[in-house]
Amino acid sequence: MSGPQAAWLGTEAGGGRRLHMQHGPIDLIIEAFGAEDAVIKAYRQAWVRFQDILTVLVGELEALRRPLGNVHPLFRGPVARRMAEACWPHRGVFITPMAAVAGAVADEIMAAMLADNALDRAYVNNGGDIAFHLGAGQSMRAAVVCNPEHPHLDAIATLNSTAPSRGLATSGWRGRSFSLGIADAVTILAENAAAADAAATIVANAVNVDHPAIERAPARSLRDDTDLGDLPVTVTVGVLPFFAVQEALSSGTAIAQDLRRRGLIQAAFLSLQGESAVMGGEALLEDRRRIAG
Amino acid sequence: MSQAVSKTENVKDDVVRCDACPVLCRIRPGKAGACDRYANVDGVLTRVDPLVISDRTAAQGGDLVPFLSGSEGWNGSVAAPPPVKPATASFVTGVGAGTTYPDYKPAPFIVSSQHDGIDMVTVVTEGIFSYCGVKVKIDTDRFLGSEQATVRVNGEAVGHVTTAEYGSQMLSIGGVHHLTGGSKKEGTVTCDTLLALCNKDAVTLQIDDGAEVVVQAGKPPVVNGNPEERMRVGCGSATIGIFAKQWQGHCDEVIVVDDHITGVLTEHQAGRFLDMKLSGIRVRGRKSTPGRYFQVAEPGLGWGGTNISDPLEIIETIDPKTAWPGLRLLMVSTTGEHSGWYVLDENLKPQPAAMPAPVKKVVDRIAENCEPSLCTVLFMAGAGGSLRAGVTENPVRLTLSVKDRLTRVTSGGAPVYVWPGGGITYMVDVTRMPDKSFGYVPTPALVAPIEFTMRREDYAALGGHMDYVIQLDDVLRGQRLSRQEWRLDNPWPISKPSAEEQP
Repeated sequence: MSGPQAAWLGTEAGGGRRLHMQHGPIDLIIEAFGAEDAVIKAYRQAWVRFQDILTVLVGELEALRRPLGNVHPLFRGPVARRMAEACWPHRGVFITPMAAVAGAVADEIMAAMLADNALDRAYVNNGGDIAFHLGAGQSMRAAVVCNPEHPHLDAIATLNSTAPSRGLATSGWRGRSFSLGIADAVTILAENAAAADAAATIVANAVNVDHPAIERAPARSLRDDTDLGDLPVTVTVGVLPFFAVQEALSSGTAIAQDLRRRGLIQAAFLSLQGESAVMGGEALLEDRRRIAG
Repeated sequence: MSQAVSKTENVKDDVVRCDACPVLCRIRPGKAGACDRYANVDGVLTRVDPLVISDRTAAQGGDLVPFLSGSEGWNGSVAAPPPVKPATASFVTGVGAGTTYPDYKPAPFIVSSQHDGIDMVTVVTEGIFSYCGVKVKIDTDRFLGSEQATVRVNGEAVGHVTTAEYGSQMLSIGGVHHLTGGSKKEGTVTCDTLLALCNKDAVTLQIDDGAEVVVQAGKPPVVNGNPEERMRVGCGSATIGIFAKQWQGHCDEVIVVDDHITGVLTEHQAGRFLDMKLSGIRVRGRKSTPGRYFQVAEPGLGWGGTNISDPLEIIETIDPKTAWPGLRLLMVSTTGEHSGWYVLDENLKPQPAAMPAPVKKVVDRIAENCEPSLCTVLFMAGAGGSLRAGVTENPVRLTLSVKDRLTRVTSGGAPVYVWPGGGITYMVDVTRMPDKSFGYVPTPALVAPIEFTMRREDYAALGGHMDYVIQLDDVLRGQRLSRQEWRLDNPWPISKPSAEEQP
């Protein structure tokens, strides 16, 4: 069994220095900006913190895979606590704390980097679920690719230190986790990565419609150790008629608007088969979608 | 691409328990674990890494700089971040890129990167080639088969013997007629043969009325069970030509024993040119031109590919009117493996003697000039048809751009030779490509990586799919990458090809 790994990613001339940390399914790409001492300290603290992240999570995995009910679960691990906290507001629909695992890990590492340390800017990218740090007056941009098989910059999110968002997450049926919905991508801006991650899962599940071109299968039939049990997850999405795309997008947008009114997210970008919807501040999330050939 | 890593405990129903990390995923056949790095392929835990990225670091020390100063895990100290320069440059190869057939859709990866401050674009795809085959060069002088003889694998015709080259026999394997023009079995066997040869695996070929030869790219051929070791320096006559001057003054006669043409120095044009005195020694066989003899013996495993073990056997007569006692005679094979030094006695009979050092030096030089015998496999295919449409909306412009050397064509990052004339018909040495670069489709046809690299403005000018250009960094951030060290013998593709490299 292999333990945590870390390596510097090849740096482009003039570019930054990015650290890749990996353990099992966790892949983090980290970059810190600021004074040289602070940057080195941040990387060091990230690596120290990373050592037991996966093993502690796995220790509570069974409980983390259980759907949230009316009782707030009590977890020992700090990442697990972040997961429960981020998912708790969504307990009215089916959700397990696992919905926020990627974002929660990113937040935890970011917190470690900032412990007794001052950075200008930093990000922890956990497979597309990203925790940001922005010092006063700083900003960062992140691009969204809806379909990894045809990578294309579909949207650009700009984060400013004056706005509250410090987390960005993307969910869709093509991603590594199963989705109940059919969205190509739902990207969420929220106060932290765990909150964005949980909300992206909920909104992506809501981008849905009944149509014969959509193939679904019980999650358990596809992967043994899934947290989704017998729920039907999306296997493939064929070409949908325009009205079906619009119906699916609007049901997703309704949920996103609801989350925004509750203060759980700041913005959402939803994409399905070439159509997209932006909710909550076009300034934050600039629609760059072009007509695909 | 995939690679079997271990046979872990089979849980049940071919479900594999992955032990690569603490999550311990149970993976069903055909599925991947939570990390997408490990999958269950036919009950075997397998690492899956489809897209090959070749990295060029300044020191060629590897694609990733180790994070920790020590290898023993966390010890409280961490190496400082690497300096921003020297930079790692990455080139995305088409291996595992997939294809977008039908190709009116843009190629799977259209990658933007910089080279010397110039914006470059690389269109990365995998071509499905029904018009394709391999040219095999086999370094041996042994008879493998007559020109045009059919080459078979398991009885199916997969190619033919083509024109022999100097010191080598040439085969043409595959091609559209074997792939799709014959029986279904012929097509399948041809496809399997091409796939194996291109992926640097060994294949046993039977040649009608000829030899059985085991061919593997970059390895010595095995002809009728005998592994070849060295090529001869040349035929006997050529050997005389190369070394005549170096023998002058040290030898009175040199006979280079060879199954093809045996050379006799003083009779040979080279000896005449040096005003060497005729020795009167006449060898067996059929005289071709002065000093050059065919068929001095039967083919075999002895001297110079003949069946001779005592070289004096090939001497037919020694003319007493011309030869003289004390005449110094060197007999040597075309590989330098066999040699003998003789001095004629009072009765003009050759007597073995100790070889003088200057002569020995030239014999050793013959051996030194015999290169290792190898099989080389060049994949040849035409990137015509719709593949070009994945690159540009106006395919002929891509062809013209390649001919004008504005666009560099590579295959798995390896340099290719593009044939002059119409279309983009290219050849590539498979040993310069990453392992397992080739795949197939059941058509049958071969799938090969191909990359087109050009300046960004040139790409725009030829009608490229500019909306689909993505940054190299974004590709490198992807999950399913396989990083490989750049091969130093391949030119870095993200630059304009020179006239020498690409016609």
